[in-house]
Amino acid sequence: MLVAGILGVLVFASAVGLALKLRIARGAPHAVIDNLNARIKAWWMMTAAIGLALLAGKGGVIALFAFASFVALREYATITPTRHGDHRALVVGFFLILPLQYYLVWIEWYGLYSIFIPVYAFLTLPILAALSGDARDYLSRTAGIQWGLMITVFCISHIPALLMLDIPGYEGRNGFLLVFLILVVQSSDVLQYVWGKLLGKRKIAPELSPSKTVEGFLGGVASATALGAALWWITPFSPGTAALMSLVIALMGFLGGLVMSAIKRDRGVKDWGALIEGHGGVLDRLDSLCFSAPIFFHLVRYWWSL
Amino acid sequence: MSVLAAGLAGLLTGFTRLLTGATARWIGCAPAGVQRIYFANHTSHADFVLIWASLPPVLRRMTRPVAGADYWEKDRVRRFIIHEVLRGVCIDRTRQAGSEDPIDVIVAALNGGDSLILFPEGTRNTTDEPLLPLKSGLFHVASQRPDVELVPVWMENLGRVLPKGEAIPVPLLCSVNFGAPIRLAPGEDKAVFLDRSRRALLDLAVSVRPG
Repeated sequence: MLVAGILGVLVFASAVGLALKLRIARGAPHAVIDNLNARIKAWWMMTAAIGLALLAGKGGVIALFAFASFVALREYATITPTRHGDHRALVVGFFLILPLQYYLVWIEWYGLYSIFIPVYAFLTLPILAALSGDARDYLSRTAGIQWGLMITVFCISHIPALLMLDIPGYEGRNGFLLVFLILVVQSSDVLQYVWGKLLGKRKIAPELSPSKTVEGFLGGVASATALGAALWWITPFSPGTAALMSLVIALMGFLGGLVMSAIKRDRGVKDWGALIEGHGGVLDRLDSLCFSAPIFFHLVRYWWSL
Repeated sequence: MSVLAAGLAGLLTGFTRLLTGATARWIGCAPAGVQRIYFANHTSHADFVLIWASLPPVLRRMTRPVAGADYWEKDRVRRFIIHEVLRGVCIDRTRQAGSEDPIDVIVAALNGGDSLILFPEGTRNTTDEPLLPLKSGLFHVASQRPDVELVPVWMENLGRVLPKGEAIPVPLLCSVNFGAPIRLAPGEDKAVFLDRSRRALLDLAVSVRPG
């Protein structure tokens, strides 16, 4: 039923996208409609990837999100100013810290994977940069790398970590927690976009992200909360707590998008895949999940797991 | 091409894609099967492979990089990669007595019908300057084969992927931007032509910066 629902929504979205393209744009290039269609296409791919990973089990899910972290970190590092002295730190970040973090998730060592990057990487990377002997912009360079690892590796790794939570009476169904998180946060993104396009007037942060409006924000978060509440039966939550959880992760998702927009604005790019023409980056789709995943993980772990 | 060389070529292009995205942007010309010299900025040893990987496979088979013999002839692995995998044209940059004139070698390769990838700065740029002054080689080749299109190619970011002296590359998105072809005008002065070529590269660089 869940699968049928998701596929139904995707088919409907594609049909609407195609109809808009034919009716309004008449096949000609149209910024808003093309953007919408690109998003819908990304959605199909995301759904297929996550579906296959869930079928493949724990290993598949970890591999998928490790790869997502890799691509996201690559996008992040691309637009972050680093110098030759940061090379070692970046190599260690990509080829040691990233795989190790996912390995720790794989062996379910919660005590270490929840502090590995905030403590060990945090202390190691500035040492490597200092050993290179280049002091120019030192603090902003090292802080930039640490921040990138936190967002793209640490935060994203909390999505597959949901599979490992031990929830009494919910054994073997943890995959649904992951689906719940991604579905609520991603539909909140899309619904904010749709509400904003339909009714949006007052801009929330015109300096950071001109497309975010009060109307889009309220409509999107409210409807995503309603959707989450309606999905309570796939979660260990009651309908009321499912609504509350959805509200929290939709809010975090919105705020995450705002933070990531501030970074893009600061670096002078429109989207994270700026170097790939015509496509947004992976981080443009994952920014809201980066911020909501760790919070969701800890809320569930604290109140529901053993 | 032997099976080993073909396999290695596939591995190299796949690896380059994973590391850099290897995005080709054809801004000033289309990827066509005409004979060309792609002249590009040079910041890292991976430059050859990046341009090569970003070309469509059909063009890749008819395009050869021009490489410095002093670096690539050093050991068996490098020799195998440059000759068998990349089908490179090795030139002697040291200009020792008795060695073949690099210009003759390059022109001979052009007469064989292939396109070439050339780094007219002559060496890797490790300075903070965007581009070193161009060596005169580009001019001499162009004056012997004025019929061949000269396509400026600007590679963004690759210097950060593999800075000089480092062994392990860092994954960063790179773009390979192909500009509008230029040609040596009849009777054009060497300095004027080299300045024009350099400007073509720098203008392309400015036009592709994000934001």
